[in-house]
Amino acid sequence: MHDDLNWAIGGEAGDGIASTGKIFAQALSRAGRHVFTSKDFASRIRGGYTAYKVRTSVDRVQSVVDRLDILIALTERTVDENLDELHEGSIIIYDGDRTEFSDFEAPENVTALDVPLKSLAEDAGGAIMRNIVALGAVCAVADFPIENLDESLEKRFGGKGESIVNNNKEAARLGEEYVEDEYTDVTQQYELETTDEDYVLLNGDEAIGMGAIAAGCRFYAGYPITPATDVMEYLTGRIEQFGGHVVQAEDELAAINLALGAARAGARAMTATSGPGIDLMSETFGLVATSETPLVVANVMRSGPSTGMPTKQEQGDLNMMLYGGHGEIPRFIVAPTTVAECFHKTVEAFNLAEKYQLPVYLTADLSLAVTEQTYEPGEFDMDEVEVDRGKIVDEGDISAWQNEKDQFKPHAVTADGVSPRALPGTEGGVHMSTGLEHDELGRRTEDTDVRVEQVDKRYQKVDTAEEQEDFDYREFGDPEADNLVISWGSNEGTLVEALDYLEDDGVDVRVLSVPYIFPRPDLSDDVEAADDVLVVEANATGQFADVVEHDVLDRVKRVNKYDGVDFKADELAADIKETLA
Amino acid sequence: MSSENVRFTDFKSDKQPTWCPGCGDFGTMNGMMKALAQTGNSPDDTFVVAGIGCSGKIGTYMRSYALHGVHGRALPVGTGVKLANPDLEVMVAGGDGDGYSIGAGHFIHAVRRNVDITYVVMDNRIYGLTKGQASPTSRPDFETSTTPEGSKQQPVNPLALSLAAGGSFIAQSFSSDAMRHTEIVQEAIEHDGFSLVNTFSPCVTFNDVDTYDYFRDSLVDLSEDDDYDRHDYDQAKDAILDADKEYMGVLYQNDDSVPYHEAHGVTENMADIPDGAPDGATDLVREFY
Ligand SMILES: Cc1ncc(C[n+]2csc(CCOP(=O)(O)OP(=O)(O)O)c2C)c(N)n1
Ligand code: SF4
Repeated sequence: MHDDLNWAIGGEAGDGIASTGKIFAQALSRAGRHVFTSKDFASRIRGGYTAYKVRTSVDRVQSVVDRLDILIALTERTVDENLDELHEGSIIIYDGDRTEFSDFEAPENVTALDVPLKSLAEDAGGAIMRNIVALGAVCAVADFPIENLDESLEKRFGGKGESIVNNNKEAARLGEEYVEDEYTDVTQQYELETTDEDYVLLNGDEAIGMGAIAAGCRFYAGYPITPATDVMEYLTGRIEQFGGHVVQAEDELAAINLALGAARAGARAMTATSGPGIDLMSETFGLVATSETPLVVANVMRSGPSTGMPTKQEQGDLNMMLYGGHGEIPRFIVAPTTVAECFHKTVEAFNLAEKYQLPVYLTADLSLAVTEQTYEPGEFDMDEVEVDRGKIVDEGDISAWQNEKDQFKPHAVTADGVSPRALPGTEGGVHMSTGLEHDELGRRTEDTDVRVEQVDKRYQKVDTAEEQEDFDYREFGDPEADNLVISWGSNEGTLVEALDYLEDDGVDVRVLSVPYIFPRPDLSDDVEAADDVLVVEANATGQFADVVEHDVLDRVKRVNKYDGVDFKADELAADIKETLA
Repeated sequence: MSSENVRFTDFKSDKQPTWCPGCGDFGTMNGMMKALAQTGNSPDDTFVVAGIGCSGKIGTYMRSYALHGVHGRALPVGTGVKLANPDLEVMVAGGDGDGYSIGAGHFIHAVRRNVDITYVVMDNRIYGLTKGQASPTSRPDFETSTTPEGSKQQPVNPLALSLAAGGSFIAQSFSSDAMRHTEIVQEAIEHDGFSLVNTFSPCVTFNDVDTYDYFRDSLVDLSEDDDYDRHDYDQAKDAILDADKEYMGVLYQNDDSVPYHEAHGVTENMADIPDGAPDGATDLVREFY
């Protein structure tokens, strides 16, 4: 078990909760401590209850726990909201200046420190710094060197000038001194050991944005939606430094079409959205696939259906990504399971999109997207990033892909299902792409043979990828255990920690964490070898469980026809006979 | 292909159009191809985006890099193409249903972005491909299969929409006036910024009101009016909102227009990327220390 400390700041939306939490989390990370943050936010800007929680330990922490050691309460409601998590030894720091706390009674067994946050902040130069005073108070309670906080404050306010930074440092000091003077018995109740380790602290959305730039993505178009907006906010202002551009589109239909245009012009392009946006994009998603355009579409899932609970966790869009859209189209779905993997899988998503010339869903759930975690910087090694643009032809080799009339064949049928691409501007590569069924030249067709050939060509890519790529899973727990637990998305971190509890209770499990939904690793052997098989996922119906079950129960034979013509009796009879044989 | 040697027929594909004989779209397309050749473009460096409809089939009959997209979304695609590679000449074409109904939102936003695209709308005031339903430019009393008693809705005025959204080049042409149509499209291509060319392109099969004769008799060519100054916003506004007359020619042009890619420094071809993380990417990680 971890020697960890759980800290939170809570108040009303608009109270600066998130930025205060982040300042503290960064101070901890700089002090060489591991950090895992979580946010409890309502979907409104002012008035809703909001909290930012930080769990920290010298060991790795990968999940939330329901215990709070130190709580900064900016409102009385903050205490009520967290009552269950307070314990003997918990310390509440509240703003004694606020009238709502005038007859505040602390829960039993909990130490509540009345700290005049507002007046101390005013002494340092302005009431706005009251949260920083509170952080200073925390340093006193947790015996945490306040210099670490100074560095965070410099980073946060450096752009606003030296005097602002100094005022904030002063505010923190006043908070620390106040507690040291007034509450000598609780100072150093906790001890936050520092280490020499160097960590970076970031969340999944940021890691996706960073991965996109690393992969050479130059064009991003998106429409704001929680919890995907952070990807756009990250890229804006950064991607330009690498010759790229972000367009805030008028809606999601425009966003995916903008990205499609950029991709056809030869750029690595991306859009990101969440459930409702994916619904809107699905028509164009089909066009992307049929025109064989490489595109990365990130779906940062939130709870649905419809507008659901925009700020709450869910892994409910799997079926939409797997099956959404009319007709049938191959699409890949890559689902990172950790923040670091958000970076690596984003790079991989771009490579897969270009190698196989199809749309790739890159999906993270809300928890993965918004929780910040510490990592060794080496996990984001830019020297290891490889860019594979797949088959691109230039003027020199274009003739091999032209017909006898010197017309380029963008959808040439090849053994692996992938045809060389000619980027616009390439002499001799002129061609049209379309959402209509087309022949090798990209021209509309209803010819039954060509239709079948092109459908097969597109699906051939899946087989090719399964052969060439390493669609693997990660394994934890007891490799010999009879109980098998399968997980995808952000559940991995929690499961890793849950193993300790299970072990204490004498329950052995083997855990597989799967970062690829389609194509995916074959789990049949693992499933068949186990006694009990559980799939852990944040949805009501078990969408990934269905998929695993489908793979294992491979009993249904199929007779299919997709050339656009009705089944004919004699032909059908022959097909059935052959399939039965 | 060096651009001096390009002829307009080089922009023609070997696919025969399936448009009805006499359809206005033939003339619209010919003018576009001529204008492209006359402005020194080559098929290798041209990208044509089209939506869905009879008009949307144009990408099939022309020869250039092209995308035939989904209904109403051609403008965002064209915008993405242009920003990713500003060296390309980008033309977007479609119908009045495509552009002013399902794609109306994108139209306004493309105008206000002022991306350097030439947008030719083949306005036949009807839905052709779905066989004769009312379009947003149909007259209110026009009877169609879905509006047997008239459309009951005001027609949109695309020129006014463009002006209101800050359009920097607003023009109207008529497909059967080949010379003027070609000239107008040519000016649109040469304009730095978003250019709208609303081209009357009669549907001989489903629209017996907005016919060749109607346009020939009613259109007033502004180029013949010496007092008309296309740079005069108020004059343009009056012409565009004139309820009694319809005009042909360039109704408004802002010569100070700076296209989006130049205004925002998006001038590099984004297709050129290194085969590993770009220089300086490590700084991105450092930010999180
Ligand atoms: C999402 C969607 N809705 C409807 C259609 C059917 N549809 C195809 S063309 C068209 C109208 C085309 O009218 P217009 O843009 O005026 O072009 P025209 O055929 O007259 O040239 C419609 C509604 C479609 N293809 N996609
Ligand atoms: S239906 Fe009308 S618009 Fe379509 S091709 Fe025929 S004439 Fe042209």
